[in-house]
Amino acid sequence: MDNGRRTRLLFGLGVAAAILLGKIFYIQLIDGHYKEEALRNTMVYDVIYPTRGVIYDRNGKILVGNKVAYDIMVTPKEVEAFDTLTLAQVLDVTPEFLRSKMDEYHRNIRSIGHQSRVMLRQVPAETYMRFDEVKYRYPGFRGQVRSIRDYPINAGGNLLGYVSEVDQAFMDRHPGEYKRGDYAGKTGIEAAREADLRGEKGYHIYLRNAKNQVEQPYKDGEEDVEAVPGHDIVTTIDADLQQFGQELMQNKVGSIVAIEPATGEILALVSSPGIDVTQLADIGKHYKEIAQNPYKPMYNRAVQASYPPGSVFKLANGLIGLEEGVLKPEYQYPCNHGYHFGAGHKLGCHGHPSPLDMETSIMMSCNAYYCYVYRNILDNKKYKGIDEAMDAWREYALSFGFGRKLGTDFPSELGGNIPSGSFYNRRYGKGHWNSITVISNSIGQGEILITPMHLANFCATVANRGHYIIPHMIKASEGVEIDPKYYERQYTLVDTTQFPKVIQGMWRAVNSGPGMGGTAWVAAVPGLDICGKTGTAQNPRGADNSVFICFAPKDHPKIAVAAYVENGGFGATWACPLASLMVEKYLTGDTQRKDLERRMKEGNLMGRVKKDK
Amino acid sequence: MILENQTKRGLGQSVDWKLIGCYLLLILIGWVNVYSASHATDGTSALDFATRSGKQLVWIVTAFGLAGLILFVIPARWWEGLAPWLYAGVAFLLVAVIFLGVEVKGSRSWFAFGPVRFQPAEVSKITTSLLLAVVMSQPNFKISQIKSFILTALVIALPMLIILGEKETGSALVYAGFIFVLYREGLSGWWLALIGLVILLFITTLTLSPYTSIVILIAVLCICNAFQRPKEFMPWILIGAGVVLVLSLIPWLWGLLTSHITAVNELRTNLVTVPEADAPTGLSKLSFLLKIEPLHILLVLALGAIPWFTIKSFRERNLFLGLSVATLVAGIVLVFSTDFIFQKVLQDHQRKRIEVLLGMKEDLSGVGYNVNQSMIAIGSGGMRGKGFLNGTQTAYGFVPEQSTDFIFCTVGEEWGFAGCLVVILLYVFLIVRLMLDADKCRESFTRIYGYCVAACVFMHLFINVGMTIGLMPVIGIPLPLLSYGGSSLWAFTVLIFIFIALYRQEKKYF
Repeated sequence: MDNGRRTRLLFGLGVAAAILLGKIFYIQLIDGHYKEEALRNTMVYDVIYPTRGVIYDRNGKILVGNKVAYDIMVTPKEVEAFDTLTLAQVLDVTPEFLRSKMDEYHRNIRSIGHQSRVMLRQVPAETYMRFDEVKYRYPGFRGQVRSIRDYPINAGGNLLGYVSEVDQAFMDRHPGEYKRGDYAGKTGIEAAREADLRGEKGYHIYLRNAKNQVEQPYKDGEEDVEAVPGHDIVTTIDADLQQFGQELMQNKVGSIVAIEPATGEILALVSSPGIDVTQLADIGKHYKEIAQNPYKPMYNRAVQASYPPGSVFKLANGLIGLEEGVLKPEYQYPCNHGYHFGAGHKLGCHGHPSPLDMETSIMMSCNAYYCYVYRNILDNKKYKGIDEAMDAWREYALSFGFGRKLGTDFPSELGGNIPSGSFYNRRYGKGHWNSITVISNSIGQGEILITPMHLANFCATVANRGHYIIPHMIKASEGVEIDPKYYERQYTLVDTTQFPKVIQGMWRAVNSGPGMGGTAWVAAVPGLDICGKTGTAQNPRGADNSVFICFAPKDHPKIAVAAYVENGGFGATWACPLASLMVEKYLTGDTQRKDLERRMKEGNLMGRVKKDK
Repeated sequence: MILENQTKRGLGQSVDWKLIGCYLLLILIGWVNVYSASHATDGTSALDFATRSGKQLVWIVTAFGLAGLILFVIPARWWEGLAPWLYAGVAFLLVAVIFLGVEVKGSRSWFAFGPVRFQPAEVSKITTSLLLAVVMSQPNFKISQIKSFILTALVIALPMLIILGEKETGSALVYAGFIFVLYREGLSGWWLALIGLVILLFITTLTLSPYTSIVILIAVLCICNAFQRPKEFMPWILIGAGVVLVLSLIPWLWGLLTSHITAVNELRTNLVTVPEADAPTGLSKLSFLLKIEPLHILLVLALGAIPWFTIKSFRERNLFLGLSVATLVAGIVLVFSTDFIFQKVLQDHQRKRIEVLLGMKEDLSGVGYNVNQSMIAIGSGGMRGKGFLNGTQTAYGFVPEQSTDFIFCTVGEEWGFAGCLVVILLYVFLIVRLMLDADKCRESFTRIYGYCVAACVFMHLFINVGMTIGLMPVIGIPLPLLSYGGSSLWAFTVLIFIFIALYRQEKKYF
């Protein structure tokens, strides 16, 4: 009995040992996947970073290119005791920096393991050469080639945007797309076209042995992936014009936007003060300085600042009046230094002949005339009430692109504001307001807010006699597609036949010669046939804003420009010459009016601008 | 024979040298692998006392000292008398450590004296084995008697429960191995079968379904009855086969029927315009059947069968059949409480480990990480392994706790199947040798103690190696003599050498 039990126990022991050995045999000799997994565990991915796509201007000039820099990498596990002082000298850093970095790695050695960390970013080639000569003395340190952005011309800092290393928050927003150490476009075109520009990372896979020496390529390099360079981007920007615009706008706050009317292509988009390309190249160093600048250079005024348009908006109201049939070009209205309404109220105007017709009202920018026009629009008997008329007016305005995002390919565009009937119903109560209450809208004040981009687009719409193409700044090119909407004409609700009547007024505003009452005679350039409209918008924070839109030539226009200068005073003082110079520069390649150009470039309005805290 | 043995023998003849040789070999293998497992993080000097291999060398030398002490200094006959006192003392330490010990990885089972840490649970194996041997070697002890059985159970359960209280599940599980000793000393083999059945039901309920578990339970019981009563062999096999066949078909038939009813119901709701008379109303009246599951049918059948078999067992005075019915009832209760036990009684980490083991959850980053990396290490070893110090899994520290609980990974990775075979055969040899030697002894005390040692080594071996290759849940217990650590090495040295001393005493005087 006892021996029988022992036998059974021995038998059981044999079975148990056989189970263990059987499973071991299976995973060691039959199932191959553990060997594969073990290999995977020893793989070293040698990442090859792709070069980022180049950004060109419309004429093939490089706005953003690439140049080589080196990251100094450390594999803390491989580092042996070294001479901190010499290495610090070689790398142009303080010994304290090196020590603190090494301490940091040492503290996190568990999580770092056998991985490498970037110790110094984007070391210039000269420094790297010095390091390369001595690096054999510093095991664990090596250089990694990175291609970084290079800016041959100082044009379009804000547009282009900057590229920097992704942080944790960015990686969280784009799960699975980025890894530590990757670069990504953070603003401007770099961000908007990140998917095209970034390219695809490649890697070589190596296997290392137990002593952490790389032994051989994994599967003879079969699974290696070569890096795919990013697609180049061709912008619609004219680098020279952009650069010229930036120079004109220096020491002023505001924007210049230039559009090719026939295509909707943005030729120049200046926001001032802006970011210099030298700052973009090393954004890390300049970020704090930029962020603390009271004039907010990161803020792209051209698409993000909402301003009252001022008298420029009279064109829109005139066109709407014409289309509604409440205005005829030959209608004359009196102006007695303004529009008088109620008991002693007046919307003032400057001195000019009275009464005048529509064309002349545009040429001389009469305020009173548009009070009549606007009231006629709102008090039109075909609408049941003022709120309905207001909504109808709003529909027209929206069809010009005002009061909403245009849908440009530029990120963070804002929509401005066109008030609705219900807005005033809410503010004053239904039936408690009339066309007098909102009379400021007639001359582009009141509740109307637009961005400089809206103005430029409006100018292009007038230049095109009734349609626009959504402004955009990326051209279709090989491997880069753009939204088909950037080829479609957007018609306004105003018939195309109405536009020539307004354009004639704009032509006369510029080309009537000094002393004839035309508000924009400063803009005239013989032979260019510039048509324009000034605006002077009230700015509650100081001096009036100077506004001007113009296009040229009158027939078959090639360029439409909107200039908006904060606290610049009369439209004719700053915005008008600025826009005119832009037109001249673009159409003739240079400017003849060097005095004017110098005066504009040297003009400093920063003192007038109230800073944000 | 007996007369020849009566002369006093010297050390050379009285000690089982093969056992000691096996012990030394395992310790040497352990030390080599501890060095390999830790050299990547600790540095390369094997003898530096700051490294694990250096420290292990200290433990090994002191363990040899302990072995010498037991062989040459402490008279072997003392152990029997000391056993109750040692047992009580260790039981006291086991409780004390809960209040005075330091917390290591979630369990309070270590005393810390400066840099030295000591786990009473390791020592408790020795004292429990000793007391068990004392209790079971009493002349009036008979395991089949209720009094003896309870006493035995108490000796085992007391330290086991305290250790469970310390959350050292692994160490507590080792005590389950004493059941083999009880079996050797006369416990009915059905107890082993019963324990096996419980584990089987637990696993099938979790991985398959309660229904399948009950079908398996019925099949097992029928087969057992068939072998127990050779006269009724064929009827039992037929009953078993029939029941299993019918029960397997029920879910399938049920599926057909219910899907048909559902289809008819849908038809009726979709075609409200069809006159009532045309619609197949007969089946749709059976809609209530949809709420019934095959499990319910099974339970109704069981409720009918159980009284019938109970009466049958009384009539035929067939105790085994009666117990079978009781087992069936208990089994059904177990199956239905499995979920409760699994979700409520087990702790979170234990549940996860079991889920991973049974493949209910793939969790390669969390709980399953250790096991997966451990299996990768062993699996990548192939036939001959990657060679000493060439294990990449080992070198890069993919397997946590590699020099302690997962030391077997290093063996598997660097020495391959050949190494694993050698190590496991050495353990098997050690256990077999212990059992054979024990059986040669006249003193029941020595014999029982020998079996206790064999059971402890076996449990550690099976749980530990099973864990590294994904056969057992992750339970942190060391591999005897191989794993890094003084407590474990000392405990197994003492455990084994007390037996060698006792055995030597037998040989000396008989």
